[in-house]
Amino acid sequence: MHLNPRRNVIRNRVIAWLDERIYLASFQRFLQNKLVPNHKYTFWYLFGGLTLFFLIVQIVTGILLLLYYKPTPEAAYESVKHIIEDVPYGDFVRSVHVWSSHFMVGTILVHMFSVYFMKAYRRPREAIWLSGFVLLLLTLGFGFTGYLLPWDTTAFFATEIGTEIPRSFPLIGGAIMFLLRGGSEVSGETLTRLFALHVVILPLVVLLIVGFHLLLNQLHGTSKPIGVPEKGPPIAFLPTFVRRDWLTWLVASVALIAVAIGLPWGLGTKADQFAPAPIGIRPEWYFWSLYQTLKVLPPRVLSFSGELIVNLVLVLTGVCWWLIPFLDVNAARERRNPWFTLLGVIIVGYLVTMTLWAGLS
Amino acid sequence: MQSSFEGRRSVLTKLLVGWTTLLVLPALYVVGRYLVPPLRKVAEVSSIIAARLSEIPLNSAKIVKLGRKPIIVVHTQSGDYRAFSATCTHLGCIVEYRGDRGGYFHCNCHGGEYNLNGKNISGPPPRPLTPYPVTIKGEDIIVSNT
Repeated sequence: MHLNPRRNVIRNRVIAWLDERIYLASFQRFLQNKLVPNHKYTFWYLFGGLTLFFLIVQIVTGILLLLYYKPTPEAAYESVKHIIEDVPYGDFVRSVHVWSSHFMVGTILVHMFSVYFMKAYRRPREAIWLSGFVLLLLTLGFGFTGYLLPWDTTAFFATEIGTEIPRSFPLIGGAIMFLLRGGSEVSGETLTRLFALHVVILPLVVLLIVGFHLLLNQLHGTSKPIGVPEKGPPIAFLPTFVRRDWLTWLVASVALIAVAIGLPWGLGTKADQFAPAPIGIRPEWYFWSLYQTLKVLPPRVLSFSGELIVNLVLVLTGVCWWLIPFLDVNAARERRNPWFTLLGVIIVGYLVTMTLWAGLS
Repeated sequence: MQSSFEGRRSVLTKLLVGWTTLLVLPALYVVGRYLVPPLRKVAEVSSIIAARLSEIPLNSAKIVKLGRKPIIVVHTQSGDYRAFSATCTHLGCIVEYRGDRGGYFHCNCHGGEYNLNGKNISGPPPRPLTPYPVTIKGEDIIVSNT
């Protein structure tokens, strides 16, 4: 198909104008030269892009919710109720916001573990892994800080527990809890703090780190798993892989809209800090493994409190996981180490088992 | 040998770094202090009228405020009144009273249980519930701060 010559001239002029100012053609050339390895695991590369898609949905719907939400204990619950019941499509926008946060946690976890098992963290991509893990923590932070905002009973007790967990840490635990809560108990101060974190601080930090993560990913290119034969010539990032991303985003949009309409996110009863925790109270699914561990652990293990043991194991595992690129020295030499693969399987197995246990009990 | 120009520039850079440090460090201190919320003074409450006798039937309980603390007042099956902190010693949820099995306190968050003396008997709670003295004055149930 040929473009109209006049239109072609205008198009070229626009591109030239933009290129002179924002290096558009250089950027396009750079992306066109980027190649994505073509092998039996190429499918898993799509989950990074999917996570980005859900982040964009979060930002857009979050801004829309901000127009009506009021972050005070007196008005928060009523404002969310107002969004659900009175604002045109308010129920839908809120449901999309909540469900996309769940999908985002799901895709970021799949993305992280696929990167782990393909050992894409190895030299020279260590900084991509390090920034990616920080993004996972920030995403969980988004989930935690956003949970209290509707100020309903479940949210209240989930925040009570979540802010109490760090307390068992010697010396600094009490200070962390006090800082998070903005006082000694969950109150209006906690709500405003978590609100500020959720809508200003975390988004700013996440956008900065996402920019850094994506930039490094573009500069280094996509990693190829060690010893996996290629199925064919590499795929051009632009336009072929971008089109695959595009299609995935469309499928994800349809799924998200279907879930948001079919299963609108509810709102419990208004938080009452002097009412018993309701029966069946549980955090969001991505905290179930932690929840179940806290539930089954005895109060004392070898004279240490159960929470302290959980906290220590969690922090130590997290730090080791973060530093995996420097621990798996074989991967840096393009050699596979089955012990690290086994470690990943054990961690995934533990998370899945505890999550299912919590879900079924 | 360093030229006088480079020497002046080096001194100037050091002065700028010093000045910036002098500004940034106090600014960090101010931000750090600002983040720590001031302690709120709460008037100490020595005792409260938790309820009228008729408000807590046999084998039931009521949660009341003693200052800022949630207290659970229970009317046991044997007919006496007892009060405990309603805050689960595990992770701070509010417990509820359950009248079956002779009566006990249950936390719905992680399944912790306490007997009618407040002692932790099942689940993850590490400590008993703190008891509070209860006295009956006429028709009023009085709970006192320990």
